[in-house]
Amino acid sequence: MAIFSQEEAQALMKKALSFSKADECEISFSGSIGGNIRYARNSVSTSGSVSQTQMVIASAFGKKQGTVTLNEYDDASLEKAVRKSEELAQLAPENPEFMNYLDPQTYDPLNPKLYDAKTGDMPPKIRTDMVAQSLQVAKDNNLTAAGFLQNQGAFSSTMNSHGLFNYNKSSDINFSITLRTADGKGSGYASRDFEDYNDMDTLKLTKIAAQKATGSVTARAIEPGKYTVILEPSAGIVLLEQLYGGLDARSADEGRSFLSKKGGGTKLGEQLVDPRVNIYSDPMDPRLPTSNYTGDGQPAVKRSWIEKGVVKNLFYSRYWAKKKGVPEVPYPGGFIMDGGDQSLEDLIKGTEKGILVTRLWYIRPVDPQTLLYTGLTRDGTFYIENGQIKFPVKNFRFNESPVIMLNNLEALGKTERAVSGESFQSALIPPMKIRDFTFSSLSDAV
Amino acid sequence: MNRKNFIYLTGMGIGGAMLKGIPVIGAPISVEQALGGGIDVALKKRMADVALTAARAKGATYTDVRIGRYLRQFVVTREEKVQNVVNTESFGMGIRVLANGCWGFAAVDKLDNDSIAKAATAAVAIAKENARIQSEPVQLAPQKGYGEVSWKAPIEKNSFEVPIKDKVDLLLKVNDTAMKAGSNYVTSIIFSVNEQKYFASSDGSYIDQDVHRIWPTFYATKIDTKTGKFQTRNALSAPRGLGYEYLTPSDSEKIKGMPTPLYRDRYDMIEDAGFAGAQGGEKIAAKSVEPGKYDLVLDPSHLWLTIHESVGHPTELDRVLGYEANFAGTSFLTLDKWKSGKFNFGSKNVNIVADKLQKGSLGAVGYDDEGVKCGRWDLIKDGVLVNYQTIRDQAHIIGLNASQGCCYADSWSDVQFQRMPNVSLQAGKTPLTQNDMIKNVEKGIYIVGDSSFSIDQQRYNFQFSGQLYYEIKNGKIAGMLNDVAYQSNTQEFWNSCVGVCDQSDYRLGGSFFDGKGQPQQVSAVSHGSATARFNGVNVINTARKI
Repeated sequence: MAIFSQEEAQALMKKALSFSKADECEISFSGSIGGNIRYARNSVSTSGSVSQTQMVIASAFGKKQGTVTLNEYDDASLEKAVRKSEELAQLAPENPEFMNYLDPQTYDPLNPKLYDAKTGDMPPKIRTDMVAQSLQVAKDNNLTAAGFLQNQGAFSSTMNSHGLFNYNKSSDINFSITLRTADGKGSGYASRDFEDYNDMDTLKLTKIAAQKATGSVTARAIEPGKYTVILEPSAGIVLLEQLYGGLDARSADEGRSFLSKKGGGTKLGEQLVDPRVNIYSDPMDPRLPTSNYTGDGQPAVKRSWIEKGVVKNLFYSRYWAKKKGVPEVPYPGGFIMDGGDQSLEDLIKGTEKGILVTRLWYIRPVDPQTLLYTGLTRDGTFYIENGQIKFPVKNFRFNESPVIMLNNLEALGKTERAVSGESFQSALIPPMKIRDFTFSSLSDAV
Repeated sequence: MNRKNFIYLTGMGIGGAMLKGIPVIGAPISVEQALGGGIDVALKKRMADVALTAARAKGATYTDVRIGRYLRQFVVTREEKVQNVVNTESFGMGIRVLANGCWGFAAVDKLDNDSIAKAATAAVAIAKENARIQSEPVQLAPQKGYGEVSWKAPIEKNSFEVPIKDKVDLLLKVNDTAMKAGSNYVTSIIFSVNEQKYFASSDGSYIDQDVHRIWPTFYATKIDTKTGKFQTRNALSAPRGLGYEYLTPSDSEKIKGMPTPLYRDRYDMIEDAGFAGAQGGEKIAAKSVEPGKYDLVLDPSHLWLTIHESVGHPTELDRVLGYEANFAGTSFLTLDKWKSGKFNFGSKNVNIVADKLQKGSLGAVGYDDEGVKCGRWDLIKDGVLVNYQTIRDQAHIIGLNASQGCCYADSWSDVQFQRMPNVSLQAGKTPLTQNDMIKNVEKGIYIVGDSSFSIDQQRYNFQFSGQLYYEIKNGKIAGMLNDVAYQSNTQEFWNSCVGVCDQSDYRLGGSFFDGKGQPQQVSAVSHGSATARFNGVNVINTARKI
């Protein structure tokens, strides 16, 4: 039984807490069930299922903390684990940054879209059928498919000796597909991630990848340099997540962030990017449901991070907030960037000369001072002229900062859900038209 | 353990690891638990037999079982504070079966007979279901059963047996040393790993292995508040397949006479921290590089990562065949290039070997995760591509009748698949020191340590950065440079290799976090080399303004 109900989880954790003799005790209990199919060369390569649970018991005496884990939940095992965590806490060095466990919190109701029981417990046959549809597209178009389909159901719960309790269930299905032409000269990609498997259309996504693959054959080499680009959401997300993931107060305060200012201080409250940029988080958004509490147990609320291009909020850990005498601002479960009214096709139509980018790959930091990243285009890169896709082009390496990129914003399309091929996190991202995007060299890769 | 969890436990974001964002394995346990011997080997055999029997009864034609206990310990300090001491354990069983010619896999963390049998049954059901969409049956290279055998990493001192206090004292001394030398912030970490792995298969193997790894590292940051500039100098250590003996400084294991001390099989963490503290300020003050063509002299502490990305990954046969196409990509080293017997991968100086036995390396084991005894073989010989790395179900594709032993799973809960062995550039046969090499360079850059790394999905175009860059002018080191990255194409780059220093300069670098597969898995792998010279490489300037 990898998915414990709220009542079952609560009863077990309550029992464990009853054994505690520490100043404070906190218990985290989680578990998941899931399965996957990976396929390549138009055939299944690996496939499996995993079921697991774990309970983590943390005890604290003053600023000394000890933790143990267990996956046996009889009374004797629970008591033994609590005792061990207490022993370890007594032996541990003091952590000056230790924060007392949270008092009881008030949470909004869970987003009803966060969990779908059927997605968590999908039988192998449904997975196989979804993949069969995808494989058929590849075979019908004389293409070679490599893809991955994974579903998971999970629960997570925390209880502590101050009376805090939270519990949630979540489900997830993610799919990604790469199709390559038989001669290896074309490649296309599509990916999506949802909470409900009924939203996942492997057929439609594979058809998109097929179109990209056949359309990208005989790519031409054009000179690297600065170009107007249209980044599809699956491309844009991997750069945007470097920006919003880096909105950390402590590193900015310490002077080692792109948000640090010369002479001290941070860019909080300052104009950082184009005024059309709005990035926020909202756990209740039905398009991107996230938990009603954050990773450290605080209530998750709707919060603006960048508003009209101004840095509106930075993440403040509980310790750093206390040190700075400001409210805590926990890291959210997901990010949303507002878009415009234009479709991707509209953005292309309005482009005199530019490059359409399907996907960016192997994104790595180059300079944290400017948030400069490098990486490459992949799986469908096309030249646009006079509002039309004219021909596929060879892939490029870029060296670009998302801060510079969002200052060179030309237009935003309609926001849609995308999943990062780097972090595997989902976000709501619009397609973005950017001027002067820096391509520094050519790649022969297909 | 994975990079995401590693960063979480260490409370910081770092560069230099190989991977971002993969599923969590492991959970905190006590030191006492970590020192426990785990499950008796006879009990593991009984558990494995339950799975083997249940799978066979359901129609499996082949089954392997992996019972894994994965221990990890992090000791993390920051400046004068202990930030985290965490021991994690992950324990369970993974069962892989062949049924109706198709693979199936199931993993379980409750190891009573009933749960094991249910998992075996589930694995067979998945295999049979997937056989509906299997284009051709899996073809396994034959493998003899070894009976009951074992392998243990030849370490001198088990890191898990070293008191936490000793580790904390060392790390706080490291931080203090770096800060006295100029750093404003220092995070230091000792990360220890012990994989207790038991493998059993229907071939008749029962293999018990005990693998140890350690990674001491630090990140020392200098901030110039006047200019707002900051620079970080990371440790020049390497993650190694060693015990705590790696942290016992030894003069005979140091390379001196270069701008910063370099380390072979023993690491002087305090000495390195002192240099790092001073070098942070030097990096801020260093001249910004003039872009253009340079002759690069690449230290093994840097070159390991270039080898990893541009040689290790493209010689993985599964990648060549398209098994990784949806995630990490394919490879430019297609089968026709290998078949020709004369594909010019690099210059005559380039000899690259795959080695699963190398002592002190991260990839050293006795047997791989599908019960194949490990070995050593050539990948690139005198610049020519001569072989790949492969596993049992792909060996026949390159005419082999046995696997090369390159199968690995990063936990009991993940299915094993092809992972690279240690892949290393062989030292030159002619006596040649780093200083000898630099003497002959007119316009070049000497690069130490690894930093940014990125390569395309077929392993042609890459870009790398380092920790320290020194300008070479007319055979002499002429000061530090900044904002350096080099870009090249794999074949072009390795053909520009005009020399490799001798064995006395040979050192291992490596990574705990080489990422591949879906769901993503990490593996630990070492890459050895001596310092090597590459002529006429394109260097770009990475400075920007925001």
